[in-house]
Formats: sequence, structure tokens, C-alpha cells
Amino acid sequence: MISLAGAVAFILLAPVVGGLIAGIDRKVTAHMQGRVGPSILQPFYDVGKLFEKEDAVVNETQRFYVLSYFIFAIFTGALFFAGGNLLLVIFALTLAEVFLVLGAYAANSPYSHIGAERELLQIMAYEPMFLLAAVGMYVVTQSFNVSDIAGFPELVFVLLPGVFLGFVYILTIKLRKSPFDISTSHHAHQEIVKGVTTEFSGPALGFIELAHWYEVVFLLGFVYLFFAASPVIGIIAIIIVYLLELAIDNTNARVKWQLAVKSSWAVALVLGAANIAVLYLLGRV
Amino acid sequence: MAYLKKSPWLIHYDASSCNGCDIEVLACLTPMYDVERFGIINTGNPKHADVFVVTGSVNEQNKYVIKNIYDQMPDPKVVVAVGICATSGGVFRECYNVAGGIDTTIPVDV
Repeated sequence: MISLAGAVAFILLAPVVGGLIAGIDRKVTAHMQGRVGPSILQPFYDVGKLFEKEDAVVNETQRFYVLSYFIFAIFTGALFFAGGNLLLVIFALTLAEVFLVLGAYAANSPYSHIGAERELLQIMAYEPMFLLAAVGMYVVTQSFNVSDIAGFPELVFVLLPGVFLGFVYILTIKLRKSPFDISTSHHAHQEIVKGVTTEFSGPALGFIELAHWYEVVFLLGFVYLFFAASPVIGIIAIIIVYLLELAIDNTNARVKWQLAVKSSWAVALVLGAANIAVLYLLGRV
Repeated sequence: MAYLKKSPWLIHYDASSCNGCDIEVLACLTPMYDVERFGIINTGNPKHADVFVVTGSVNEQNKYVIKNIYDQMPDPKVVVAVGICATSGGVFRECYNVAGGIDTTIPVDV
């Protein structure tokens, strides 16, 4: 049931795909703002440069936390693409994030601490909806295994439109896009210096960036899972969702963390829980 | 060093003087000039930066700030002094509180 090929393919291909997505992201964003924008390969140059820089860490334990974040980000996606248990995937993702937060707390800097606290708030904001997405998929397919959900003959989306919309809502948080880029952000945006990544430099920052690419590929894989019965629709859905996130990113200012937490919980409750409740009432369980 | 040329992230500090050069630097980030097409990002965080762009002259109060930012940047790093005030102190050179150009505090590359 667990396919090693999927995991290996993810580990090898995700940095390439993730980097290209980041490059296209920057190009499209630049065009939306009326700029020319950097080359699509720019994220690879950036990460290549970060690994050429001096390995300066504030605190030796930072290295351990960053590597743990990196490894668990890979583990999350590898387990997902191997067709593993969806709940375990979500817990692994949370663990990865917790390592990032610990890494930020390891440095004795107020900016880094604020970033870490805000990262925790973000985790708190997106986690309920993430779990509801897994529960919704279980209600529909009677399995938490990604391989079974992907092999489900109907479009999961048709039965879980509310859960899907809720997931797209929290995707903005996970992709670090406005209006929810409250802990750290992409592009030249700044967030209380640089939020959770303030105290990381050189190779450590490179690892964080790579881990983020792995995460992005995993999250877009999650979007695909809603449409897994029809690969063409799945890929179109990924493209539409990502472009939508970019449009939202470019047309919204950052909100306060209170609104981010409240609104994502409200969305989880209204769209996610109501969707699942309706499925129960219709007797689809 | 291959990638370093393609991804110069900068941190910009405006020392004293008239802010004209400061505005010029920021204008480069606008859609009109768009320095991001060369991979340049204004980071605002010395730990992420490769290029330290300083405008304006050094005085007694900001020389510690300049030194501090410079020390926080990981190697390899480059210091660029923009404008005549940053180069030599410019018209403020004779002022009692001005120490001169940026090279009086940290080594300047360009």
C-alpha cells in the first residue's frame, strides 16, 4: 500500500518543482504589479547563494532545529506521496513547524521571538481546518490512507465543496501569502524585520527555503487529492488555486493576527464542519 | 561565488544628510526601475543581506549603528557607499559633528 516510488520521486523532484513554482510565483506577482520581475530560475540562484554564505548561527541548537524542520517537512510530503495515513501526515507537518518555532526561540532576539509567537498563532489558526479536511475525506472515502483517497472513483470535491473552500482559505496561511503572512513573508515584504526567519542566515535560511518548497509541493498535492479521480481537473484546480492565491496576495494588505485566527476558525466551523454535518444528514456515511 | 552575483540581497541604511540618495535608492525598487529583475531584494534584515548600501555621511551617533549592521552581516559581504556624502562627507564634511564618509567607520568596496 505504501509506495516507496512515490516517496522517492517526491524527495528528488519536489525541490525542482517547488523552486520553479516559487520562480513562477515571483514572475506572475511582478507582472501583476506592472514590473518585469526576476528570472524564473531566481529562487534557485537565491538558495544557491545562501549555501555559499558564511555559516553563522546565533546558537548551536539552531542548526539542529533547522535540520529537524527540513527533515520533517520532507517526511510529511514523502509520507503523503507514498500514500500513507493522512492524519500522520498532518501531525508530521505540525511537528516540522514546531521545530521551526523552536529554532526561532533559540535565538535571544525580540524580533525572532515575535515571529515565533506569530508562527504558533498561525499553526493554531490553520490546524482545525486541516484536520477537518482529513476527517471530511474519511467521511467520504472511509479511509485515512492517501492511496485509498486518491483511488476513490468519484471526485471527492463534489461531496466536500465546503471543506475544499475552507482548505483554500488556510492555504493562504500555509503559503505565507497576504493577508495572512503574519509570521514571515515572501518577496521583499517585511514583517517585524523578517519574523520567524530573522535570526537565520546563510545555509540555515537555505534549508528553511528548501523545506518551504517541499511544503508547497505537498500542499498542492493536497489540493489535487480533492480531484484525484480526474487528473486533468486536478492539475487545472492546482493552477487555478495557486493563481487565486497570488491574486489574493497582491490585492490584500496584511491583517492582524486576531482576525487571522478568528476568521480561519469561523471558516473551519462554517464551511468545514457544516459540510461534514450535511454529509451525515444526507446519510453519506 | 557563482550564485552570489545573481542574487544580491541588500540592506539599506540612510545615515545623516538630506535623504535625497535614500529616496533614489528606494525609487529603484518601484515598477519603473524594478531592480528585482536582477534578483535584488531589499531585505531590511542584516542577517539575510549580502550588500550593505549606505547613503549619507557618518556622524557620532550613527557610526555605532553602521558598525553594528556591518558586523551582523554574514560573509561574503559588500559595502556600497551611494552619493557624495557617503563617499567623503560631501557638503557636510566641515560640520563639527560629521566624521566624513562611510570609509571612516567600515571598509567600503564600491
